[in-house]
Amino acid sequence: MSYRSEPDALQRLVQSDQVHRDVYVDAEVFDLEMERLWCNTWVYVGHTSQVPKPGDYFLTEIARQPLILVRDGDAGVKVLYNRCAHKGARVVSAPMGNVGKYFRCPYHAWTYRTDGGLVGMPLPDGYEGTRMRECPAGQGMSAVRNVEVYRGFVFVRLAERGISFKAFFGDSLSSIDNMADRSPEGELEIAGGCLRYLHHCNWKMFVENLNDTMHPMVVHECSAGTAKTLWADQPPETPKPMAVEQFVPFVSNYKFFDDMGVRAIENGHGYTGVNFSIHSSYSSMPDYETRMKTAYGDERAQQILGTNRHNTVYYPSLTIKGAIQAIRVVRPISVDRTLIESWTFRLKGAPEQLLERTVMYTRLINSPMSVVGHDDHYAYRAIQEGLAGRANDWISLHRGHRADEAHKSDQSVQGTSEISMRNQFRAWSRFMAEH
Amino acid sequence: MASEQDLIRFVYHEARLLDEKRFDEWLTLFTDDGYYWVPLSPDQTDPLGHTSIAYEDQLLRKIRVERLKSPRAYSQQPPSRCHHLLQQPEVERSEGDEHVMRTQFMYTEAQSENVQSFAGTVFHTLVERDGRLLMRLKRVVLLNCDAALPSIQLFP
Repeated sequence: MSYRSEPDALQRLVQSDQVHRDVYVDAEVFDLEMERLWCNTWVYVGHTSQVPKPGDYFLTEIARQPLILVRDGDAGVKVLYNRCAHKGARVVSAPMGNVGKYFRCPYHAWTYRTDGGLVGMPLPDGYEGTRMRECPAGQGMSAVRNVEVYRGFVFVRLAERGISFKAFFGDSLSSIDNMADRSPEGELEIAGGCLRYLHHCNWKMFVENLNDTMHPMVVHECSAGTAKTLWADQPPETPKPMAVEQFVPFVSNYKFFDDMGVRAIENGHGYTGVNFSIHSSYSSMPDYETRMKTAYGDERAQQILGTNRHNTVYYPSLTIKGAIQAIRVVRPISVDRTLIESWTFRLKGAPEQLLERTVMYTRLINSPMSVVGHDDHYAYRAIQEGLAGRANDWISLHRGHRADEAHKSDQSVQGTSEISMRNQFRAWSRFMAEH
Repeated sequence: MASEQDLIRFVYHEARLLDEKRFDEWLTLFTDDGYYWVPLSPDQTDPLGHTSIAYEDQLLRKIRVERLKSPRAYSQQPPSRCHHLLQQPEVERSEGDEHVMRTQFMYTEAQSENVQSFAGTVFHTLVERDGRLLMRLKRVVLLNCDAALPSIQLFP
């Protein structure tokens, strides 16, 4: 049996309230995800602030395609395939840098403008009388045609045709807005470096976990719970360290996470923390709040800072925490390997203390040495290995399932519902069927 | 005054405590304001505005060590073991009672079938307090600090 040749078999993997284990463990399903889901949807590439000056570039890989995000002079950013039009060599290899005015292939010195257009090569006479200029070689480095920039966040849809950016994301973009609006200037800037954590699991386990509110009090009891216990032993007047403030809410009780609420938006997007979140009770920063009120007025500033969503998933590639200005980028490697990149942002015009807060958060939670991350990673790995068991082919997503939910394009329910996973798999089925 | 031999002995002893999982004793080797730092780039100077693989004060080190004792530290089932293979430590510089030691190492962490190794250089900033050497900073520079890394669960 081949999922590629039997579309019905592929669709049968997903039911409204449970999914077949092959969605996590079958290598062919993974191949099809890369070709379909990850090409038919809008996938996050990077942020324009990573390439501020002409010629600045940043490399990434999406759906096994080597891509370059590059600042093309004053014309904005382009996303090019990192492949020489001549013999196919990768044109740039350092993960980021500046190419100057032109890309120059290190093999035969073909050169390209930063929009990918072919400039020339040594001994051009050698191509006279050939049809090189009419062939793909003469077209230069291929550019991704479908690129959208939203408040600096660059997304691509690698498939030539498909759903529009606005239709795909809908009102989920309000989480990006909230993060950017937290800057008194309304602008974000990547800062503080990138943590790259290799996960031994299928990418979907990571994505699903971000809105899984039934695990923190279990999985993180030994880390966040320890922080809570150690803190309880301190004399009452001791100022609360930022690390304690960040760890302790992870072991809030079930009621807390249930009351937080979860919102599911069509096409797999959504967030927990509709009403409040683990980020709601951080200490206030009066200087920052003053700057926000000056920039936006009291009411609007309150509204922006009062929105403290937990994790927003931009299915399938990006998860963000607006309240703490941190994002995690999902880069699947194989059916059981996933790279998670954690980036942090500076809020332009805000005190540096906010960058320090997000830098600390991402180090404590998302680093390969994070005591929180270790136990999450353990759980993902345990699922990946546990699913080798064939006695039960199905993964349960029943919690809070309602028969009519599939017909609603936008709904908020109690936080412990597994609606976000079901919503993701509804999108999975849809975008896996298009090819 | 600590002799060169005392400084070298400290570095070996510190590694031994980790390899023997005597973590509570290891915690006492730091000054109260000391840091355990695993930077994200070899020449990183800013631990606050730039993220690190680890940058831990007394409280964070204590949380890490206490967690390892918890029966619900799931990622430690079975427990990891670690092994520091050190080259002869060298005194990089000394100023007053502060000494910076430089030691090249191979760090190996094993958990059942999984074995992973990291090469690197560790810098111990040692100070003398009441006749005792303590770490004000242990800075561990992994050779591949900027690579995509798997979980590192103990202490390089």
